[in-house]
Amino acid sequence: MNIIVSDVIALGLIAFLSAMVLYFVSKKFHVEENPKIDEIEQILPDANCGACGKIGCRDFAESCVKADAESFKKLYCPVGGASTMKKVADALGFDAEIKEETVAVLKCNGTCQNAPAKISYDAEISCRLANLISVGQSGCPDGCLRFGDCVKVCRFGALSINPDTGIPQVDENKCTSCGACVKMCPRGLFEIRPKGKDGQRVYVACSNKQKGAVARKNCSAACIGCMKCAQICEQIKVEDNLSYIPSSVSAQKFGAELVKNCPTGAIIMTKAKKENVHG
Amino acid sequence: MVKTFPMGGIHPDKHKITSQQPIVDAGLPEFVYISLKQHAGNPAKILVKKGDRVKVGTLLADADGIVSADIHSSVSGEVVRIDDEKNACGYDEKMVVIRVEGDEFEPSIDKSPDIVKEIPFTAEEIIKKIREAGIVGMGGAGFPTPVKVTIPEGKKVDCLIVNGIECEPWLTADDRLMVEHAEEIVIGAKILNKIFGIQNAIIAIDENKPEAIEVVRNITRRYVGVNVRVCKTKYPQGGEKQLVSAITGREVPSGKLPLDVGCIVQNVGTVFAIYEAVMKNKTLFERIVTVSGDTCARPQNFRVRIGTPASFLIDKCGGVSAETAEVVFGGPMMGQTTINLQAPITKVTGGVLLLSEEETHRPDMMDCIRCGKCVDACPMGLRPFLIGIYVRNNMIDKLKNIHAMDCIECGCCSYVCPARIPLLDFCKLSKIELKKKQKGN
Repeated sequence: MNIIVSDVIALGLIAFLSAMVLYFVSKKFHVEENPKIDEIEQILPDANCGACGKIGCRDFAESCVKADAESFKKLYCPVGGASTMKKVADALGFDAEIKEETVAVLKCNGTCQNAPAKISYDAEISCRLANLISVGQSGCPDGCLRFGDCVKVCRFGALSINPDTGIPQVDENKCTSCGACVKMCPRGLFEIRPKGKDGQRVYVACSNKQKGAVARKNCSAACIGCMKCAQICEQIKVEDNLSYIPSSVSAQKFGAELVKNCPTGAIIMTKAKKENVHG
Repeated sequence: MVKTFPMGGIHPDKHKITSQQPIVDAGLPEFVYISLKQHAGNPAKILVKKGDRVKVGTLLADADGIVSADIHSSVSGEVVRIDDEKNACGYDEKMVVIRVEGDEFEPSIDKSPDIVKEIPFTAEEIIKKIREAGIVGMGGAGFPTPVKVTIPEGKKVDCLIVNGIECEPWLTADDRLMVEHAEEIVIGAKILNKIFGIQNAIIAIDENKPEAIEVVRNITRRYVGVNVRVCKTKYPQGGEKQLVSAITGREVPSGKLPLDVGCIVQNVGTVFAIYEAVMKNKTLFERIVTVSGDTCARPQNFRVRIGTPASFLIDKCGGVSAETAEVVFGGPMMGQTTINLQAPITKVTGGVLLLSEEETHRPDMMDCIRCGKCVDACPMGLRPFLIGIYVRNNMIDKLKNIHAMDCIECGCCSYVCPARIPLLDFCKLSKIELKKKQKGN
């Protein structure tokens, strides 16, 4: 009995002393933090993806609070989008700048049908490894390897390998354009592009820089650098046998004509609103 | 007593079926494809143009910068085109395509079989000759030799090791070279001695080459300072750092070169090329290649002109059979599976292997059971399983702390893994990711 009593007293004393020390330390070394930081962190999507260029959402919130009206304009959370930025701006009393919504697009249309596999590959299923070993199954040195490293890295479930085509497809509603796929793809096939008016956008779904005839050998949907698109709209530039359509080219105005005139079908236009096959 | 390195290593099946096959001339193909990047560093700058007539040994491209190498023509004929051609991996590479016509050598090249023993040149002259011959490390890495033999100020070399260890299974190119050209290699070692201003050289040969040991030992009796050391047959005994540790007992620190502990290691193929360049004015336009493998009908050792398509050699050995599942350039442990049989032999291709499904099959990967076999097998004392985990989860920062950059890509970890995890692939990937990260910062 005695032992129990002495134990309780001893432990109680230790607990009391420790509590005193903790109380003293917390008072003495208290750090004043702007309560706004917590407030803004609450607004942010809490994805901690780093797409904004900061370490995480907390770091982004701190930067927002520290920023003045001018430097605030440079901060943007691609995941939360315009609505989140508006809330953040309201909380801080800044003017929110309206930015166009963006989405990731795959600049390759080397589907199983367009670019049939010629080589069997039985090593670890990973694009980054396959890229080291060889050009890949289709033989195109700049094409999609179809092993889905981008799918694994996407934290929002926006990417999936289409079982029919074998290449990844982007779910426009889920994609936050955080840019993780852009960094992961060993061939840099993803590009963050504005969603466009009514979700309509036109782009070249090819990254192959080989000469037309060589590129066509491996993939029927390869850009062959024929310059036809450049004649339709002068903003389009063809370099190294590869055409690039800047996002400033209006899909409504030129889209249909570009798609119709492309001899290989390398130019893709997404359908207006929602449902789209590829983008 | 046979020597070896202190930690790790494996004992794969040797398969040295061509070790008794004498080196034969492969002959001349119809076209040769000479790549402008057969070495570590910058691709060479092209000097010839379409339609030019070249001879054996004509300079085709000039070294671009210090870490680069000259490229010479390996045949006489006409330059047909200079264009992107597919290399062994299928990627485009700038190559000079030459149509072979006759076999005319540059007049400066001494074609006589006599062995020249006197070395009348100074160290500077020798290095100049090595540079002009476009010699690179022929063991596989392809590091330009003139850079390697130019000793920076403040560094001192006291030990020259000639690497006669061919620890990769199947390959016998270096073995045959030592048997047939022992004296040239010993003189080559003496030439290197002259550059470094030292008197001794060690030729390291592994136990499973009794004929080469015998022949080289007999020759070295006539040369003061050159000795043969027999090493234990163990993979990767031929790795530079492993060899230095086996012969001298010195450990090369992380991120440093053997030069930092006073050693220089040169492959026997390179030493032979140095002899020919210095004494015979011969540029590097041919090398010894073993064509072998379990589905190869007539395995042989060839003397091959650089740029010869691999298919030309394979046809000479009976062609690709129905059982051939993979064609590998280099050894089975460190080599590269090729997807393009037209790919040319380069300065660093030591072998072309035709392997069956049985030899090359990769079973499905299972989960790591933390058995630690890869740690035991790693000759660099790394933790390959951890490198694999980090790189798969994209934790690149942590890779640096576990010294992923020290990996020599020998493949011992993949070989021993009971879960069949492609650890070598992950190690290679981690090195690339680390380099990317360093460039980014």
